[in-house]
Amino acid sequence: MTIYIPTPLRTYADGKDIVEVNAGTVRGALEELTRTFPDLRKHLYTGEGKLRAFVNVYLNDEDVRYLPAKEATEVSAGDTLSIVPSIAGGR
Amino acid sequence: MSRLRLTRAVYAAIRAHGEETYPHECCGALLGRTTPEGWQVEAAVRAGNTRTDSAHNRYQIAPAELVKIEREARGRGLSIGGFYHSHPDHPARWSETDFAEAHWLGCVYVITAVERGKAAATNSFLLAGTTEEDKQFEQQEIDVIETDEPLEAQFESKRA
Repeated sequence: MTIYIPTPLRTYADGKDIVEVNAGTVRGALEELTRTFPDLRKHLYTGEGKLRAFVNVYLNDEDVRYLPAKEATEVSAGDTLSIVPSIAGGR
Repeated sequence: MSRLRLTRAVYAAIRAHGEETYPHECCGALLGRTTPEGWQVEAAVRAGNTRTDSAHNRYQIAPAELVKIEREARGRGLSIGGFYHSHPDHPARWSETDFAEAHWLGCVYVITAVERGKAAATNSFLLAGTTEEDKQFEQQEIDVIETDEPLEAQFESKRA
C-alpha cells in the first residue's frame, strides 16, 4: 500500500513524499514505515507508544480513529494511508 | 531572517479571504516548492473553518479537507508549504494558541490582521525546530513576486 508522508516528516523519511509498504493492517503499515525510517517514530508516537493526539491518519478518505477496528483495520495493496498533522489556532 | 516568496496573486488572495470572512477567522493552505532560500508559494487553497463555535478567534481545518488539499498539491507537483489564517481586529502576530497548535515543522504560518473588515499587516512565521519540544516561530521577510504569468493562484479545494 501507499503511505503519503506530510511535508514536515519527509526530512525523517529520506525526503520521500510517498513510501510503499507491504502490510495487512494499518498498524502493520505504520510499523513497517517506522522500521524503515526509525526517526519518524518519535514524531508519530508518544513515549507510551500511542499515536500523538495531533497526528491524524487517514485510510483512503476515512479517519482511522473512527473506523470500527481502528489501527487493526485490514488494508490491501491499493489502499492509501495519509499522515496529516492537525492545523488549528487563533488569536 | 528567512524569507517567504509568494506571488502577488496569492498575497492578494489570502488578504481578500480574511476580509470576506470578517469578523470570523479565515484559513487555508499554501502550496509551493522549497528553494534554498525557503518556501516559494504558488497557490493558496481556501479551507473551511470548522471552529464554528468560536470562529471570531479560532480556526481549524478538518483533517479530511487537508487530505484532499494534499492530494491536489501532489497532482500539481507542489507540496503543502504552510497555512494562512486571519486575526480579526487583532495584530498579525502569532498567539499562544497558534503556537500550541502548530505542528508542521519547517512550514510557514501566515497571519493577516483584519481591522474593521480591511486587511492590514500580513506577517509570516516559520515553524523552526526539529521536535515539539524545541519548536519555535521565527518571523520571516515576505517577498511578493510581481508576475504576469497566468498563475492559477487560488482555487477552492474540492470538498466531499
